[in-house]
Amino acid sequence: METQTQTRTKKAETVTKRMTGAEAVIRCLLAEDVDLIYGYPGGAIMPVYDELYKFQDQLHHVLTRHEQGATHAAQGYARTSGKVGVAIATSGPGATNFVTGIADAQIDSTPMVCITGQVGSHLLGSDAFQETDIIGISTPITKWNHQVTKAEDIPTVLAKAFYIARSGRPGPVLIDITKDAQFGELDFAYEKCKGIRSYMPVPVTDPKSLEEAAKLINEAKKPMVVFGQGVILGEAEEELKNFIEKSGIPSAWTILGLSALPTAHPLNVGMVGMHGNYGPNRLTNECDLLIAIGMRFDDRVTGNLETYAKQAKIIHFEIDPAEVNKNVLVDVAVMGDVKYTLDQIQPLINPNTHESWVQEFKDHDAIEFEKVIKEELYPTKDGLSMGEVLRRINNETKGDAVIVSDVGQHQMIACRYAEFAQSKSNITSGGLGTMGFALPAAIGAKMGAPEREVVAIIGDGGYQMTIQELGTIFQTRVPVKIVVLNNDFLGMVRQWQQLFFDKRYASTEMVNPDFVKIAEGYHIQSKRVTKREDLQEAIAEMIASKDPYFLEVCVEKENNVFPMIPTGASVSDIRLE
Amino acid sequence: MEKENFTISVYTENNIGLLNRISAIFLKRHINLDSMTASQSEIKDVFRFTIAVKVTEEQVKKIVGQIEKQIEVIKAFYHKEEQIIYQETALFKVSSKLLFEERSIQNVIKNSNANIVTVTPEFFVIEKTGRRREVEALYRKLEPYGLMQFTRSGRIAVTKEKMHISSILESFATEEAVSV
Repeated sequence: METQTQTRTKKAETVTKRMTGAEAVIRCLLAEDVDLIYGYPGGAIMPVYDELYKFQDQLHHVLTRHEQGATHAAQGYARTSGKVGVAIATSGPGATNFVTGIADAQIDSTPMVCITGQVGSHLLGSDAFQETDIIGISTPITKWNHQVTKAEDIPTVLAKAFYIARSGRPGPVLIDITKDAQFGELDFAYEKCKGIRSYMPVPVTDPKSLEEAAKLINEAKKPMVVFGQGVILGEAEEELKNFIEKSGIPSAWTILGLSALPTAHPLNVGMVGMHGNYGPNRLTNECDLLIAIGMRFDDRVTGNLETYAKQAKIIHFEIDPAEVNKNVLVDVAVMGDVKYTLDQIQPLINPNTHESWVQEFKDHDAIEFEKVIKEELYPTKDGLSMGEVLRRINNETKGDAVIVSDVGQHQMIACRYAEFAQSKSNITSGGLGTMGFALPAAIGAKMGAPEREVVAIIGDGGYQMTIQELGTIFQTRVPVKIVVLNNDFLGMVRQWQQLFFDKRYASTEMVNPDFVKIAEGYHIQSKRVTKREDLQEAIAEMIASKDPYFLEVCVEKENNVFPMIPTGASVSDIRLE
Repeated sequence: MEKENFTISVYTENNIGLLNRISAIFLKRHINLDSMTASQSEIKDVFRFTIAVKVTEEQVKKIVGQIEKQIEVIKAFYHKEEQIIYQETALFKVSSKLLFEERSIQNVIKNSNANIVTVTPEFFVIEKTGRRREVEALYRKLEPYGLMQFTRSGRIAVTKEKMHISSILESFATEEAVSV
């Protein structure tokens, strides 16, 4: 199938070089400044791997132990480096193993290009060995996908793939290349894609919307900001900070917005949503103006929509027109890239401090500290709490580490208590909630930001979903620090069973192996901590290590994460116990 | 909000996977299409999907937003019934014997503004273009005589007001001219 999509760029006269499709794939990647890819070889992608062998001094390939690991590693890499992550696999099971990572990248707007091999085009549709319709399978979970059956289409299609993955609201793109297209020859010339006529990555900002928004902001007595990952993806951290400092507006974050504003910032009032902070959740229903910035009103953020911020006017700064009025009807939509719109609105807003309003958040914080945080961070009971592990990690890293979390109780604790001084530091699976994300994502996160400390916080359940990636760590010696918070339970599900299913712990208790021995099998330095007095030293030793390090912390088995908004309840009904 | 009949017009590039992408948007929301047709549009190399669906206006707005978000969709619009001119076509295959033995069937055809498109010794084919209720009325009249085959097309529609698709494409052309 030939692509009919027309690009807006005019073809420049360029010198071409005769080569195979497989070599063209590598040259396209190099032209897009890719120097690192994650993948797993197999029959239908072998011609490209043969070229990878020849180009190994320019393009480093990391062999993960499962294709899912390759996608999560590419995601972690994309999220710390700000570049497009690239994953590559063979047809059939190689391609289907990509599905979870692609779906995760789609819902969390992560720029990623996935390349899959495909059976020869003469075999398409014949149920050939390792043939699967990955285009059909990946259609609902990709920003764009395309099958290449001719070598000469490779440069234009890959140029479009990178352009689409990184522009506008980023997302995953899958390119499926038949084996004959890899073997076939073409006259290679590469030109980066600069536009596609049917695709407008960033909508035009209406200056009137900025004026209307500024008017509401200037009139508001109790305004509140909720920002999301759009700020990080748009690299608008500075613009956000300037905006809230001038307007004096208390600002809360969604799980993916975390780290865009330093934890210590006086106007950072914490997390919204199911396990978010008491103040921002309660006060969502008391503010008179809610300013949503680069976030999408996910159900885990809003709780019951019927009772969500009904008293407030709502402004939505957003790049994706399909997100406006999707879950929450807004009064003013400011379309565009938040880096631009926040900068444009800056001169229109009046300086303010909203002292008594900010004090209300502090009052709520004090209540939450007494009821929840104190015992979580400074437990008086014997069993170790997840929160105290995070507190001690903060002590060692001073907020400069990248924290990669998996999915479950430990993730909520990590997001609630990890301290951040810089952006692009919180890597977690937000929208899809993919257990098994953290270990491979941490590999990618470290390679995307090699100068930074990367600490993966993982539960004993999720750890075992991608534990084979210890092999990748062993082979690459990538110095990630792995902390497994082991409660011998699928803790979050167990918590729900306790609270909503009368403690019927169906299939949530885990009989776990000796994790330290497993890590030792991969020659990764490792330690197990069961007592409070050993914790700080073990964490210090882990952080000081120049090598990969595995730390298992055996925590209290039946602790719960609070506060909590039960599913379907209002944000006002957040429970502290 | 009440459910209404909406017609969605989607202008797209001619790409093989796009039908899947668009239908997946309805599938995900468990919405059954009344009909979907695809054809060349008034603009060279631009395709047009015409989709008939019964949903609330709130739903149709969100659906159109999700459709427009697809990379190769140029523009999508939704219209209410009164904003469009729409038609469907049906073919009725009837035994030729009836045409000669049942005189009344000739009157049915004449009164319904239907055309006979083919006559063979075994069967003849009647074509009827019109609104759904007109097609259904003809169906009810012919059905007692015995239909050998019946098929009805999806809705095709044009809008009364101008859709700004041409100007969007013109702006692409101008930009291209500028960049040259």
